[in-house]
Parts: sequence; structure tokens; C-alpha cells
Amino acid sequence: MVKDNKLRKIRLSANPTAEALADLRIGDIVYLDGTVYTAREGVYKRVLEDGIAMPMDLPAYSAANFHCSPAATQHDDGSFDLGAVTATASFRFSKWIGPWLDASGAKLIIGKGGMSSKDYREHFVPHGAIYLTTVGYGTGALLGRGVKQVSNLHWKKELGLAQAMWVLDVENFGPFIVESDLDGNSLFERENARISASLDKVYEGTRPAVLKRFGETDDRSDEMI
Amino acid sequence: MINIELIQKTAESLMAKAAIEIPDDYLTGLQKAANDEDGDLSSFVLEAMLENYVAAKEDRRAMCGDTGCPRWYVKMGNEAQIDGGPIALEAALRRATANATKSVPLRPNRVHPLWRTDHDNNVGIGAPEIEYGFEPDGNWIDLVTVHKGGLFGTDYRMLFPSDGIEGIKRFYLDSLVAFGKRGLACQPAIIGIGLGGSKDTCMVLGKRAACLRMVGDRNPDPKIAALEDEFKELGNNIGMGAMGFVGKSMVIDCNIEVGYCHTGGMQMSVHAFCLSSRRAVARIYDDGRVEFRTDPAWFTDYQRRETVEW
Repeated sequence: MVKDNKLRKIRLSANPTAEALADLRIGDIVYLDGTVYTAREGVYKRVLEDGIAMPMDLPAYSAANFHCSPAATQHDDGSFDLGAVTATASFRFSKWIGPWLDASGAKLIIGKGGMSSKDYREHFVPHGAIYLTTVGYGTGALLGRGVKQVSNLHWKKELGLAQAMWVLDVENFGPFIVESDLDGNSLFERENARISASLDKVYEGTRPAVLKRFGETDDRSDEMI
Repeated sequence: MINIELIQKTAESLMAKAAIEIPDDYLTGLQKAANDEDGDLSSFVLEAMLENYVAAKEDRRAMCGDTGCPRWYVKMGNEAQIDGGPIALEAALRRATANATKSVPLRPNRVHPLWRTDHDNNVGIGAPEIEYGFEPDGNWIDLVTVHKGGLFGTDYRMLFPSDGIEGIKRFYLDSLVAFGKRGLACQPAIIGIGLGGSKDTCMVLGKRAACLRMVGDRNPDPKIAALEDEFKELGNNIGMGAMGFVGKSMVIDCNIEVGYCHTGGMQMSVHAFCLSSRRAVARIYDDGRVEFRTDPAWFTDYQRRETVEW
């Protein structure tokens, strides 16, 4: 059972109002109700680079884009067997996120590990969107329980099961943690800064490698010794 | 002769067990970490994970949506003979992987690196990996499946004798801090460290140290065992917990394996076996008995033998 602690727990619509989003603070725990869809590099490339029309009406149908490939299969009769659901790391989708928010009108981006506060300020804040991170990152079985049904699967043939667009009807779907707010603050960056303050002490008694690597110097004319 | 249908059937059960049931040794380690953790957010994450393992078992669904990359470690006793030989064995393990991907279900993660072709069954060129080991005596075969997750948390570096323990510590901390931020390594993890060998064997040793040893066991070399204890402690004192939040749960255990290397070098690899440390093991005997367990018992005295047997 989850220990009772100071964290706020909130039920949120997957098509949230601006007021509901404004009320959220980084570090809040959120559970979603409504409809979410998966879209990651396969869908982004198809829509944003290949110019292929969206297979559904967004954001009317859903304003919640989940960076995810479920552990699921589709039977020959078209029915679905969906087990666990877990997010994939979002930082890799940075180059698409601005155009995607334009195209989809998403208000919630759900994924693993968040994005940079630069992405939040440049792309999320102007769109009134926030980022929710999954927890763990392995609460796949809990998230699977929150999926009431797979209401559609788009582009299975074109993109394969892992990259296809899964449309999921969800109830009490979570937990997620609010990683960015409407001002573009990042919970992860706040935590990183707190941890970094004591890292020098942790590194005492270690020393840098005799043979350096590129990346440990910005001057590519440097030798690595 | 070990029956090939029995091998495939057992392999399919192992695939489901690995995906659904968190091994007890890791679970106990995580419960202890959850009790010790005092960071708010990090605590919440660990409690949610503990709930998640229960949900996975109750519902018989995979514990994590990213079901990793299934792979096989096969160990054979010297007297074991397989019906149809090694070719039949590999075909059975590939079929079991594909069948379980549909039946559990698992996420079909495996794709071609360039063309992204996905057979939707976790089988492809070189996938699943099948590695082998042998033991003296024995008319049995051990099947170990590991579903290692994670694109993050693993690194390799060529160090040298003059880097010493201080250099090893530095690279260890660098790996934890780099991949621990935002929790990319899905910590707290079992950290495996490979030292020595050559580049490829160093990676293999470190991965096996992470995936094929039990939480709480120690390297038989007492000085290496002391390093394992020290590194576990060091990792948990970075100030970082689950998901990279402030806390102290990074390392459930640290396992080190070594191999002899070039006299001028000291190869090092670091591997993180994540919050879903998925492994399942079965021993199949030639009389048809099957014994399931979670301890791969891979690193025997024979696997770590020091020199020529003469």
C-alpha cells in the first residue's frame, strides 16, 4: 500500500480544462479519466514529415498523448489483449514536440523522464500544455488495470504494433507525477539541482581516467591523454 | 535424451514467469530500500512499484509495459543430450519466444536496426540472444531467460592499472549519476560490473553479473566481495533515489565479475538490471523432471576456474 505522505493526489480529465491544469503543481500525483492515445517517433514522422493526415480528430477526441508502446496483441478476430503499459523516454522526441503540439492540440504529454525546461518554455507553455511522467518506471501492471478498453488501433500495418497509434479508454489511470507546470518549471531539473549540490563530496577519493574520451573536452584537437 | 517438446513448453512457461513474477531476492531488496527511503517522491515511487508487482501477479499481466529484450542463457551438464541436437534447441527457444510474445502478451520490441522491420514476435536476426555454458557431470539442461530492459544505464571504458580503484570508483559513479538523472536507468537497480577480459568479454561479464547473480550473494574472492559491499553503499549515498528524485535508493545490490585481461589494461563495464529485474530458470532432466527456480546459479567454481586443469 502507498504510504500516506504529503503528496497531493488528483483525478484529472484526459481533456482537461485550462483551470484544472493551472491548479496542478510539480510533484502532484495524477490519475486520468477519459481517452488517451499513443504516438511516438513512428507517428510523429508519418504526420509531421510525411504529411499524412491524422487518423482521428485531435484534440476533440483526446488531448493526451502517451509516449508508449503497450505490451499487447491483436487477435485474428480483431479483439485486443492488453497487458502492461509503460512509457518510453521522451527526450528523444524533442525535435518533433513543437510541431506535434501545433498539429494535435495536446494538453498532456505523458512519458518517461520528462523533457527539458527549454522544451517546456518554448513549446509547452505557449500551448498551455504540461508533462506528466509515469512512475517507476515500471508500474506497467497498475497502468494496464486503468485501461478499460482499446477503442481503436491505427496504422498497425504501416508502423507495427509497437509504433502504431493505440487509442485507450481509461479510468483512474495512473499514477503519474506532474513534471512540468504551465510556467514551464521542471520537477526533474529541481531535483537534479538539489542532488548536484552534494556531488563533489560523493566524488571525493576518485580520480578521472588516465585516458580521456571525446565529450570530456570540447576541443577536438586535444589529445585524449 | 532430453525431450525437445518439453524444452519448448518449459521455455514458454519461463517467458511468462520472467515477465510477470518479480524474483523474491530482488523484491526483498526493494522492500528494504522502501523501508529505508525517506525522500517523499522517491518513497512514493518505491511503494507504487511494490503495489505494481502485486497487481502483475494477481492479473497475470507483465509487470512492465516495456518487456525488455528476451534472451536465453543455456547451461548443459556434460552428459546431457538433446533430442534433435543444438539446432533443434535453438529453434525451440525461438519458437517459445515468439509464442510467449503473443500469449503473455509481451511488447514486440525487437526490430531491424536500420529498416525497423518488426516481426511482432521478438525474434529476428540475432534475437533472442542464446548463450551457452557447461558444467562437469549432469544429465540436465538449465534454461535461464532474462528480459533485460533499458536503453540506459550501461557503459564501457578502457581503464589502465594506473587508474586503480579510484578510477574504477569514478567510472562507477559517472555511470550511476549520468543514467540515474530523471531515472533513465529505472533504478534502484542491480548493478553489474565487469572488470578485465577484453572489450566484448568485459561487457558479457558485467551483464551476467547484473542478470545472473542473486541479490545478497557475494563474489568468492573476499577482496572483491568487500568492493561489492563498498560500491553498493557508495551508490546509495549519491543522494539520488528512484526516478532521479532526492533519496538514497539507487543500488539494490552491486555484483562484480572479473576475467583475466591484457597486462597493460583494466577494462570496465557497468550494467543496470532495472526495477523489473526479470529472470526465470528451470532445470530439465533427461527423465522428464522439470524444476523451476529464480537463481540462475551461473557463476559456479567451474565458470570461474583460475587456470589449466592439467
